[in-house]
Amino acid sequence: MLKKLSRAALGAAVPHEKGTAHMATVQIPLPDKIVLCMQQHIGAPAVPVVKKGDHVDVGTLVGKAGGFVSADIHSGVSGTVTGIETVRYVTGRNVQAVVIQPDGQQTLDASVKPPVVEDYAGFIKAVQNCGLVGLGGAGFPTAVKLSPKDVSAIDTLVINGAECEPYLTADNREFLECADTVAEGIRAVMKYLEIPRCLIGIERNKPEAMDRMFTVFQSEPNVTVVPLPSRYPQGAEKVLIEKTTGREVPRGGLPSDVGVIVMNVTTVSTLGKYLRTGMPLVTKRLTVEGDAVAKPANVEAIIGTPLRHILDFCGTKAEPAKVVTGGPMMGTAQLSLDFPVLKQNNGLLVLSEKAAHLPAVQPCIRCGRCISACPMGLSPVEIAGAYNRGDVEALDAMMVDLCMACGTCSFVCPAKRPVAQTMALAKDTLKRKGGKK
Amino acid sequence: MEKNLIVTASPHIVDRSSTRRLMRNVIIALLPCVVASAWIFGLRALLVEAVAVFACVAFEYLYCYLMKKPIPVGDLSAVVTGLILAMNVPVTLPLWMVVLGSFVAIVITKQLFGGLGFNLANPALMGRLVLFGSFTGAMTNWTFPRTISGTDALAGATPLVAGQTDPLPVLDLFLGVHGGVLGETCALAILLGFIWLVATRTISPAIPLAYVGTVAVLALVFVGPSHVMLHVLGGGLLFGAVFMATDYVTSPFTLKGKIVFGIGLGIITWAIRYWGNMAEGVSYAILLMNLLVPYINDLTRQKPLGGAKKK
Repeated sequence: MLKKLSRAALGAAVPHEKGTAHMATVQIPLPDKIVLCMQQHIGAPAVPVVKKGDHVDVGTLVGKAGGFVSADIHSGVSGTVTGIETVRYVTGRNVQAVVIQPDGQQTLDASVKPPVVEDYAGFIKAVQNCGLVGLGGAGFPTAVKLSPKDVSAIDTLVINGAECEPYLTADNREFLECADTVAEGIRAVMKYLEIPRCLIGIERNKPEAMDRMFTVFQSEPNVTVVPLPSRYPQGAEKVLIEKTTGREVPRGGLPSDVGVIVMNVTTVSTLGKYLRTGMPLVTKRLTVEGDAVAKPANVEAIIGTPLRHILDFCGTKAEPAKVVTGGPMMGTAQLSLDFPVLKQNNGLLVLSEKAAHLPAVQPCIRCGRCISACPMGLSPVEIAGAYNRGDVEALDAMMVDLCMACGTCSFVCPAKRPVAQTMALAKDTLKRKGGKK
Repeated sequence: MEKNLIVTASPHIVDRSSTRRLMRNVIIALLPCVVASAWIFGLRALLVEAVAVFACVAFEYLYCYLMKKPIPVGDLSAVVTGLILAMNVPVTLPLWMVVLGSFVAIVITKQLFGGLGFNLANPALMGRLVLFGSFTGAMTNWTFPRTISGTDALAGATPLVAGQTDPLPVLDLFLGVHGGVLGETCALAILLGFIWLVATRTISPAIPLAYVGTVAVLALVFVGPSHVMLHVLGGGLLFGAVFMATDYVTSPFTLKGKIVFGIGLGIITWAIRYWGNMAEGVSYAILLMNLLVPYINDLTRQKPLGGAKKK
């Protein structure tokens, strides 16, 4: 009660729409080409190490990490490099991409063999060679995340299995279909980083996933499953840390500042798979959903597969008007179905004309719902006011930089205002003009 | 060639709430008061309410039409203002005064400040206060229904004035069969509306509870237990607390702010009723606290997650 007085942080009762939760992952046929963007992570783009005409196999390195905060990119097909092209992102940014035409053989690269890991340094090297990034959506290079300033200060590994976005069930399937590699990944991270305990946060709307984890870790008391309320956004990193450990990541700080590392369940499971087989990150499970999709499904797609190929596999029952990679709350609307699957994509949402249009924007009635809903305890309506009058000092005082763009404010707004968009603009304004920090 | 895809910023879904839906909930919450007013004061009550609603909607439409602004009548907020204004006048009020009050509410208090969301004070409240200041006689020309308990005690004033020495039976107060403005007398109807508003999450119960609670405690402390029900039920407190103090635009955002706001309302209302020379203080209390809302918001802002330990 007292806590509520200082911060409501109610979140939002989003519709779950998890109709694909029980659908086992299906493989889709090889596409005609794959397009491997060199930017599938936060940080510096990768640098192509192949050229037109080169032959590649499954697992061949095609893009080398372009710096410390970057990640390797591997081919998911065997075939021939047909060129290095430029792909335009929806942000307007142009990114290099290696285009490969599959030969249908799917021969393995000689480098694909289980890595030999003996110590922490070797472990980080293996994570780098896997090309692993945060697969929950952010795409932060995992090797960097697992290299905090002071590893010995980390006392808790939090596994993010909240999957709070509507529609998405890809992480749920990871728990159910790959429980053993989830466990192996967790054990490896705990072993090499010497982390004494692990908390697995799962929303209560995934009872089977919780059951599976209870069973797998039955005899390991230092690994605990933490049920989370089914209320958006439990999976937001700072919210998850607060819900599972009670710790607050300070403003401008990282989870490691409070002794925590957070990893998405699919990320940790992919790591488990790599340690077992040596196969780097080349495929990704996506939940294909939306009112324009004829047969919603969980598909395993080779990274770089054009979205159109996946949609052709699932079929359409209405003309696609909006194509979103990720979930409906934080996902990115794409310019074209020709855009390829990226590592961090976990959903493909295809909406019809009817569902694509949001209701008309009306004047703010100052009801304060955005304030009580904001999971970070920010005051969006007041931040919007400060932004509109150009008051950078007020934006700083109201800590708009803590906004993580979860979209809860826009979702609950009765006047249907694009509150989250205004928050993003305000955050950007503070970043550019905020001088003193 | 396929059609261009629609590209917007996330989120790509929104909930089903709308301004219109919220206003509709308030209108539904006011229906028991409408029925009660007709039962207690006769059918002219319905005429007064209809005129106020019509006038408010018409002024909103006309103003926006003349100013070439989008017509916002569909959001139903003018209907709510009209209904609440009507609930704040006695059944005998000449209809042209009702129209004048509607003008003050919609044009002067709301639209001249920028329309819905930008007004500093509650429009219906300003309408009432201007009418009260201009036509005090007509605004306090009470009619007196027969009381349930058969007593005919009230002559000349509302229970707050007449009842100081000899309080009305609580049942009469609760059902509202006594002098007063249209909407304020029937506590039962107001409570039904309150329950609806809270159940549909249209309002938070914080402001009404803090407000009424503060007045009750002060009445208990200053005059004793015999007068608590009189002060809670006898005047415009319940109606003001449920329908006017909770207006989104003119009340604080956070739970903490709402509690501060409610307590402030209670103290000012009590000060006017007990130490002032007016019998009723609800309207002025709400008006004063409306003006303090920006400051209350500043001082009661919630603390962001991780914001406490600023580096």
